[in-house]
Amino acid sequence: MLGYFQRLGERSLSMLERLGRGTIFFLKVLMAIPSVLIRPRLLIAQLHSVGVLSFSLIVVAGLFVGMVLALQGFYTLSDFGAEGMLGVMVAASLIRELGPVVAGLLFAGRAGSALTAEIGLMKATEQLSGMEMMAVDPMARVIAPRFLAGLISMPLLASLFTAVGVLGGHLIGVGLLGIDEGGYWSQIQAKIDFREDVMNGLIKSIVFGWVITWVAVFEGYDAIPTSDGVSRATTRTVVHSAFAVLLLDFILTALMFGGI
Amino acid sequence: MHISRSMEVFVGLFVAIGLIALFFLSMQVSNLSASSNGSGYNVRAYFENVGSLKVRAPVSIAGVKVGRVTAIEFDAQEFEAVVTMTIESKYNQLPIDSDASILTAGLLGEQFIGLEPGGEDEFLKEGSRLELTQSALVLEKLIGQFLFNGQSGD
Repeated sequence: MLGYFQRLGERSLSMLERLGRGTIFFLKVLMAIPSVLIRPRLLIAQLHSVGVLSFSLIVVAGLFVGMVLALQGFYTLSDFGAEGMLGVMVAASLIRELGPVVAGLLFAGRAGSALTAEIGLMKATEQLSGMEMMAVDPMARVIAPRFLAGLISMPLLASLFTAVGVLGGHLIGVGLLGIDEGGYWSQIQAKIDFREDVMNGLIKSIVFGWVITWVAVFEGYDAIPTSDGVSRATTRTVVHSAFAVLLLDFILTALMFGGI
Repeated sequence: MHISRSMEVFVGLFVAIGLIALFFLSMQVSNLSASSNGSGYNVRAYFENVGSLKVRAPVSIAGVKVGRVTAIEFDAQEFEAVVTMTIESKYNQLPIDSDASILTAGLLGEQFIGLEPGGEDEFLKEGSRLELTQSALVLEKLIGQFLFNGQSGD
């Protein structure tokens, strides 16, 4: 009985400790960001590996999510003779929820895991301590550019996902199901509010980009420097950032749209 | 890490396409382009019952949208709902005795305000009040009236 409580206490203490280390790590990253702005070439290399290489995945996923939403939405809406609202349904669900969340989950799987594995392997092969020996700050040289690249890429990728999804819905709705072209856009423009919907979706994607990249670089930096440790850290990145995205999405949705 | 020229080009393209997507969302997929020409004049109308009329509902004449509802409040003096609507300034020649009624688009559609032009020479301007109004039809009242009339006719 006492052993059970002891294990529970140990678990919670170590969780709190990780959270504290993560926060201190985040503050250190923030302090290292100015030195990245002096050397923008570091950032460009990371924007390429984090953003550009996720590009095709996001475009294809967005297109298919939009097309499936249109097909399924049409099935329900046609029962009520409200096919004209298809565009609104596709655009609202993509802008408010699916765009930031699905793009975030894909981003965590595609870019977050790669970040953790790369940094973890750098640590395991003692490249990070090598840098410190040469008086090069690994925070400024390795961690901060990656963090900033993730923070910049995620809102762009989420916007891209949403835009391609709306176009995919248009492709299916107007091209295949025969909804009026003008009605599709005019219904969307009548219903979707710029500040209420588009801006809130953008805020969501920025928050998700922040939390995913933070978890990814911290797990890599904090990994046990063995092949097993790096593998565990990579798994943890995907699982923890997915949970964080879903939890934060619920909180943000309740704050943004809860009153409606 | 070595940065090649093509890498820089791809990063530039990526950022540009992302920004274009965001621009597309704000201009084509939201009301930013429609509501940006916010110049218009406000008129008020008093209704006994606004039903489920919402702020931002369209105001139309002959089926053409000419403005939007900007506020719905309750007037404690007259015990009526005050609906403020903004009408686009290019429609500045509406007779002052136009009447406003709350209509429903389709059977299940949302409610909007339909204006019916009157015959006066004076035009509506900022702050005018529409005197002739017709409230929203409330289905429960309508059914109640129908039942009551049926009983009294026996």
